[in-house]
Amino acid sequence: MQLSSTPFKELRLERMSRAFGSFNALREISLTIRQGEFIALLGPSGCGKSTALNCIAGLLATTGGGIFIDDKRIDQLKPEDRGFGMVFQNYALFPHMSVRENIGFGLKMRGVAKAEIESRVDAALTLVRLQGQGNKPPGQLSGGQQQRVAIARAIVIEPPLVLMDEPLSNLDAKLRLEMRAEIRRIHAQLGATTIYVTHDQDEALSLADRVVVLRDGAIRQIGAPHELYDSPDHIDVAQFMGFRNCLRGVVTARNGLQASVAVGNATLTGMLRNDLNVGDAALVAARGDDVTSGDEHANTLPAVIESIEYRGREFVGSARTADDVELVFHTPKNVAVGSRVFLSVDPDRTIIFADKEV
Amino acid sequence: MTVSALDGHHAERGNKSIRQKLALRGIDGVTLLILPAAIFIVGVFIYPFFYGLVLSFTPMAGGGALANYQAFFSDPYLYNTIAATLRLALPVTILSLAFSIPIAMRVRLMERQRLLTTILVLPLTLGTVLVAEGLLNYLGPQGWFSRILILIGLIEEPLKLTNNYWGVLASLIITVFPFTFLLTLSYITGIDPALEKAAATHGANSWQRFRFVMLPLLVPGIAIAFCLTFVQAFAVFPSAVLLGAPSGDTRVISIAAAQAAFEQYDFSMASAIAMIMAVVQLGVVVAILAIRNMFYRGTTSGGKG
Repeated sequence: MQLSSTPFKELRLERMSRAFGSFNALREISLTIRQGEFIALLGPSGCGKSTALNCIAGLLATTGGGIFIDDKRIDQLKPEDRGFGMVFQNYALFPHMSVRENIGFGLKMRGVAKAEIESRVDAALTLVRLQGQGNKPPGQLSGGQQQRVAIARAIVIEPPLVLMDEPLSNLDAKLRLEMRAEIRRIHAQLGATTIYVTHDQDEALSLADRVVVLRDGAIRQIGAPHELYDSPDHIDVAQFMGFRNCLRGVVTARNGLQASVAVGNATLTGMLRNDLNVGDAALVAARGDDVTSGDEHANTLPAVIESIEYRGREFVGSARTADDVELVFHTPKNVAVGSRVFLSVDPDRTIIFADKEV
Repeated sequence: MTVSALDGHHAERGNKSIRQKLALRGIDGVTLLILPAAIFIVGVFIYPFFYGLVLSFTPMAGGGALANYQAFFSDPYLYNTIAATLRLALPVTILSLAFSIPIAMRVRLMERQRLLTTILVLPLTLGTVLVAEGLLNYLGPQGWFSRILILIGLIEEPLKLTNNYWGVLASLIITVFPFTFLLTLSYITGIDPALEKAAATHGANSWQRFRFVMLPLLVPGIAIAFCLTFVQAFAVFPSAVLLGAPSGDTRVISIAAAQAAFEQYDFSMASAIAMIMAVVQLGVVVAILAIRNMFYRGTTSGGKG
């Protein structure tokens, strides 16, 4: 099965907004998606990512801005006239139809000839590896198989755009990994432009060509997965990318892109992500797996172990500093709860943001 | 001494195992709470039903157990009431459903759903007699309905809408519709809204969404709503007397039963008519449920979660 057409060059969201009464669920989202791209909308629940997807699908009217495919404005079109495919979080398979009828639904609505529907449904069943399951009702399939049917139903119509709304969040951990690989494979095979909504940064980083991080209805950062992972340019994005340790302090020295920040009695050095000068309030962020327990030297914080968790290859602990800041760290050897340790972090792996709340 | 202690021990063990066995079948102390309802149903439904059944086979004038039934089916004035009742009850049921489904489809999407539902349900609280009295004036020869039609020049003579079939039909639809509507609304809102969204994004327009997704999932609900509405409409009495022609067109079966019981004081014949009424209703209900069984009857949600 191949996507035969190249229906558009780009999909543009121009200051797309959606308000529910006085609540702004989406604030002027602007984004250009190129044909064939896999875009992940990433954010915590309530950030507006599903609202954005529903607006693009036409299931929810926008209250401002526009949606364009090349030069054609589509935000006034009904969902059935947009011709997109969509995969829902709870699958939304038609319970009274067989798997084949579910997959062929979009083709039937388009008036495609019966013989062609049959052959395209066969191809889609093969693509999602459900050959031989076609005549069952969806209720007899497992969760992972149901989601494959939902994906097949969305892509069999060869849509210019596939929308996926947290498609894996109802599956257990093992199936989630399998289906992630499936989605990757199918996207690589078909090259369909895809917008994928998720709250799971692993899913976003592993699947997407570009990740859009949303917070409070606004875009915080857009970038390739490695850009977001290595250099988040906002503390919200950093926290989403695994920077679980976040300490408040004051800049005491600056040397080009590097700065030192006084955190309690200790001084930490890291890479500046905002333009800060001596005396400015700062947030120092580091990933748990970049913090280790060691001897007292530069870039360390004294802390008391509060809990320690076995993770197979290593231990993950949580510790509290004298200033009552909780830190997450990784260590290769077990440490007793209640003992004092020095937590150290590599300055290259530490990032410093402006502290806007001060 | 030893023996009796042993016996007591056994008895206790025996009691326990019975209680455990019952508990495994979901029967425990709380189950006793159904007793009042069970006594009530036996007392006011099952006992009178069988009393009436037996009574119908013991005719007042003698002549064998089946004499009442023979009398009913040999007198056109009596057996024609079945057709007269069906002529009212079936169109009323079908029309109520035909109005309910599109209105419920729309109401389910509305924000002020409760207000509209209240307005639609109001006739239910008024009772059949008040509605019949009101319609008698409204649809009568001097009523607003005919006067307005004459005023705008649509007709020249007042329409005859009372003391005949049409008045009863209108009044029955008004009294039965809220009930049908509420049932239909609850079935329609019970369908997972994601299914309609999925159908829309995959290219189905509003008619196709109704035809291929909503309607097939609604069949069981429509069947139940049909049966309950039909049974209500079949028992039509006040409006058939007040608005209809109780000895002509709208001589329904309940009128025949009432006349037998309270004008001829033949309770045996009245019971026989009631039994015939029950059999006809049961026949329609069974037919509808049999048709429903040919369609999909499973879940109306699109997946887990």
